[in-house]
Amino acid sequence: MTDLTPVLTATWDAEESWKLSTYESHGGYGALKKALGMEPGDIIQMVKDSGLRGRGGAGFPTGMKWGFLPPDDGGPRYLVVNADESEPGTCKDIPTMLSAPQILIEGVAITSFAIGCNHAFIYLRGEVTHVYRRLLQAVREAYEAGHLGKNIHGSGFDLDVTVHAGAGAYICGEETALLDSLEGRRGQPRLKPPFPAVAGLYARPTVVNNVESVSSVPAIVDRGVEWFTAMGTERSKGMGIFSLSGHVTRPGQYEAPLGITLRELIDMAGGMRDGKKLKFWTPGGSSTPIFTDEHLDTPLDYESVGAAGSMLGTRALQIFDETTCVVRVVTRWTEFYKHESCGKCTPCREGTFWLTQILKRVEGGRGTEADIQQLLDTCESILGRAFCALGDGATSSISSSVKLFREEYERHVTEGCCPFDHAASALFDYETKAIEEAHA
Amino acid sequence: MTATPEKAAAVDTVSLTIDGKEVSVAKGTLIIRAAEQVGIDIPRFCDHPALKPAGACRQCLVDVASPGPDGNLRAFPKPQPSCAMTVSEGMVVNTQHTSEAADKAQKGVMELLLINHPLDCPVCDKGGECPLQNQALSNGRPESRFIDVKRVFEKPLALSSEILLDRERCILCQRCTRFSKEIAGDAFIDLQNRGAMQQIGTFNEEVLDFDGYEPIGVAAEDESGKAFSSYYSGNTVQICPVGALTSAAYRFRSRPFDLISSPGIAEHDSSGAAIRVDHRRGKILRRLADQDMVVNEDWVTDKDRFAFAWQNLSDRITRPLVRGEDGELHEASWPDALAAAAAGLKAATEGDTAQGAAVLPGGRVTLEDAYAYGKFARVALGTNDVDARTRVASDEEQAFLGATVAGTGMGVTFGDLEKAPAVLLAGFEAEDEGGVVFLRLRKSLGRQQVFTIAPFATRGSEKLNATLIPTAPGGEGKAFAAIKASTDAAEALKAEGSVIVVGERLAGSPGAFTQALALAKRTGARLAWIPRRAGERGALEAGALPDLLPGGRDVASASARQTVAEAWGVASLPETPGRDAAAIIADAAAGKVGALVVGGVTPSDLTGPMGEALARTPFVVSLEVRRGEVAEHADVVLPVAPPSEKAGTFVNWEGRLRGFATAIKTDAMGDHRVLDLLARELGVDLKTGTVADANEQLAALGAPAKGERPAAPKVDAAKVDAKPGASVVLASWHQLVDEGALQDGEPYLAGTGRTAVARLSAKTAEAAGATEGVVTVASAHGSLELPVVVTEGMADGVVWVPTKSPGAWVAQELGVEPGALVTVKGGVA
Repeated sequence: MTDLTPVLTATWDAEESWKLSTYESHGGYGALKKALGMEPGDIIQMVKDSGLRGRGGAGFPTGMKWGFLPPDDGGPRYLVVNADESEPGTCKDIPTMLSAPQILIEGVAITSFAIGCNHAFIYLRGEVTHVYRRLLQAVREAYEAGHLGKNIHGSGFDLDVTVHAGAGAYICGEETALLDSLEGRRGQPRLKPPFPAVAGLYARPTVVNNVESVSSVPAIVDRGVEWFTAMGTERSKGMGIFSLSGHVTRPGQYEAPLGITLRELIDMAGGMRDGKKLKFWTPGGSSTPIFTDEHLDTPLDYESVGAAGSMLGTRALQIFDETTCVVRVVTRWTEFYKHESCGKCTPCREGTFWLTQILKRVEGGRGTEADIQQLLDTCESILGRAFCALGDGATSSISSSVKLFREEYERHVTEGCCPFDHAASALFDYETKAIEEAHA
Repeated sequence: MTATPEKAAAVDTVSLTIDGKEVSVAKGTLIIRAAEQVGIDIPRFCDHPALKPAGACRQCLVDVASPGPDGNLRAFPKPQPSCAMTVSEGMVVNTQHTSEAADKAQKGVMELLLINHPLDCPVCDKGGECPLQNQALSNGRPESRFIDVKRVFEKPLALSSEILLDRERCILCQRCTRFSKEIAGDAFIDLQNRGAMQQIGTFNEEVLDFDGYEPIGVAAEDESGKAFSSYYSGNTVQICPVGALTSAAYRFRSRPFDLISSPGIAEHDSSGAAIRVDHRRGKILRRLADQDMVVNEDWVTDKDRFAFAWQNLSDRITRPLVRGEDGELHEASWPDALAAAAAGLKAATEGDTAQGAAVLPGGRVTLEDAYAYGKFARVALGTNDVDARTRVASDEEQAFLGATVAGTGMGVTFGDLEKAPAVLLAGFEAEDEGGVVFLRLRKSLGRQQVFTIAPFATRGSEKLNATLIPTAPGGEGKAFAAIKASTDAAEALKAEGSVIVVGERLAGSPGAFTQALALAKRTGARLAWIPRRAGERGALEAGALPDLLPGGRDVASASARQTVAEAWGVASLPETPGRDAAAIIADAAAGKVGALVVGGVTPSDLTGPMGEALARTPFVVSLEVRRGEVAEHADVVLPVAPPSEKAGTFVNWEGRLRGFATAIKTDAMGDHRVLDLLARELGVDLKTGTVADANEQLAALGAPAKGERPAAPKVDAAKVDAKPGASVVLASWHQLVDEGALQDGEPYLAGTGRTAVARLSAKTAEAAGATEGVVTVASAHGSLELPVVVTEGMADGVVWVPTKSPGAWVAQELGVEPGALVTVKGGVA
């Protein structure tokens, strides 16, 4: 049985956990002071040795990303924290910044020191104004305490941190779209190369890291590589926040070593709702192919999830029990992608538009057998052909659900309606008519 | 000689294989370009060779494999956009011809592109020449699998009076927005909204249904309050790969397969842009930019593209007209009209009391026409009173042109301008007066320092990131003189390849040409004279200026006269120096000219008393395309062909010969042929009956011998006393789109012109009590009332107004040239 390993979440239940004083009373900013006494190159090596991989979904080794920066040419280089958490089901960065914003700021300071950045940016999802206020306050407190600003703790190192609120676009979580948006342009992904490490923000070398990745750095510096590598699996080291949502008794954030299984997590969450049976789930948010109860014991690390045909992604575990109509869930997700497609490339823009219409027809019982094949064909026309990963992500749930639950799609066609009781799957009082009218 | 042979620039090449064919291309080449070089066509929509890659449409996906660090070929897991990926050594590319995956990817993209496309080809202007239609036909599915609801938009959306957008046809390739941003610098349109509702537009809140808040930023509108007010907007229509962007002028007018396409040269400015004239049953339906990489590349101005209606308006003259006893013009046969014209000219030039005849060819005729006018004046009329410069002109300018421009062949070229590390502009607004010259300069944005001697920084200068040297008109000579060592401009111009561009307006500024030559000598920069009108350089080369014979030979030089006389087979040429256009007009208005031969001259463009000159001259012969103001005073009107109905050569500002053939065959004759016939009637054989005849003679004359040119001018630079007060210095130039005669009959183009305003510096406006509202600009002759725009950084004591924009016909209303003093007062007089 794997145990929980609260690191980022350790202070969430403390009184006024978001305050600097609370963070410091729990040992906060010790890592920064330690880091400022180290050689920047040693910090980078330390993070490389820790095996920390990007927690934003792709799992790219964080230390290696820092190492891609070209040698210092005297000009500015930037750290940009990707806090545009928007993936359906993902709920880890926003609670981190809400409950313990200082851990992120300490991580930003250490990372900036390591990569030679004097101005870091936190690009926050625009809708979460309460988190925006928390971050602004936290940055202010950090400046006042001398953790940010000029000559931090007498080290000679200067760092400014700017918190920027986006305008509410999923695509701005894609790092180059984020950079364009941060520069004040339309948030659409850039052509690569050049990669951000070479020409990122304002065409300068830039590291873009996820909130959780950066927030993991202080603990690595503080407690050492061995502590970190003791957690996790062979190639997926350390701990991570697993966000459980849906039909479990106690949904929420569970910080545990990578490699934990869903079975263990569901146990921690008090089991399935009302003892119902697990039907399907996402390992890494709505952009990852869905799993079923066959995968309850798949270790949740990058390699094992990948080998089982999905992706660890953001560890957003959306759990659906047997009362749920898979067609209905997939339709809602696809509507999300259609709404969030930036429109730049043809496959994603047109494909999600088409998929949504087909799915709505099938879900409403107005579909045909040919529609199911059309869904797969259209997904094929998007997958691997879109400009960025958003297009690929839009197809995952469709292709995987048709593969796993084809007969359910067919039932919608043959029965001419959705065979499920929508109220049964709801977690709240559900008046079918009112809600479905509002949805239409 | 210690000259070393120029080293051929070593180009790094990369070898790769495309569809099994080996190809070596320059490093950094895009796969799609490399494929073109071996004749492999990869379908594409967003790709355009002149624009930066977008990778947006995904139509050009191909299979790519390249060697990894171990040297083994590694295939990319996904098909790659060939328009955005550069080649690398040993790369293996398989296009739709050899890769099933690439073919499938392309077919998938094609299907997706069509789901929201209306497929209204039968009523779409692009039908028949549409890349999307062609590709859908060759590679698309015969039947659509899309049975759901298409996205629809209200149509069309007028981005400007000329450019219309049918959003539902748009495939969002971003060619238009990239052109506007990258090439023209007029980012009035951009992508807006997202997903399937993403659309091109001008941030019009009514279109976008903004809820209570307004869009912000420069994209909202231009300074005149007009959206998409770009001089180059028509290029977006041409590069649109579908029928989304159309022009109001051409919309629903014809089918591409009904059109005959003829190459041509634009007649609107001195750049000589290559155009394609599309016509049907003798009528021009549209004009397009033709690719000419050394001149206009892929682009033309909206004026070159849209302003062609003038030649087929109801006032077109097709038969000669002779004024009868009743005082009215009557149609006449060619023999009768020529006889009448010859008789009138003979009367004016023969006999003791004869006052002589003078010739005003106008600045828009071809090289051959100008040659015929010059030769006609000197041989048939026995006078040097011929001047194509129906604009501000001076003897200094003539000496400058004769000494350094005429007969020098190709000088500074478009390519030289592009490569110049520094460019100084004086008396020349690249965007308004140079057309595609502006685009070439803008192409070098960031690599080139631009300085401009002008009264204020225009939007065009700002787009070139130009440094303004604020100067009142007339002060250009002093401004040149002030560019001495240690000034930024002097330092910049010393870099090899730098160019000083002087415009024709400097003729109104005594000493300016003299000082420009001195500055060029001082810095080593090359000098380029860029006049505004298409016929200016040709007229200069052909000898249609009073003191200049063909090739820049000085009339005052006996040997030059001798050379030309021999070539023309006459005993001698007139020695008396000729009068320039302004003097001819002034003398004619005073009743001192016996006859006038007038070509393409618009009296309202002239500050001189042209109306009176025409009225008081006993005999006027007009050679015109349209029956205009000159015809109303003419005794004989001889119809001539517009450029599309004749062959000829425009000499562009580079000195490049821009020959064109007849696009539309009609009975109309070029000026050179009409003059040839008229000369015959006078007993002289001009031998200008054909374009070839004229060119043969010009070629035989060749360049002038040493000593046959005039000396370079030496004129003291004028001092201009421009200060805020009751009297200020007038500054003015033609905006590209205005009310010039060649833009008549094209209301959609006119709608994209900039609003006429009067510009003043803050101090000047304050002194004149004209900081807002309407300002009255007045001369002794008349006045103009225009909205005032207080302009930051503008020279004090100067008022700028456009020369011939709606409500601002400066020559006609004020009757003075730029540089003159005018009064400025707030409010309506």
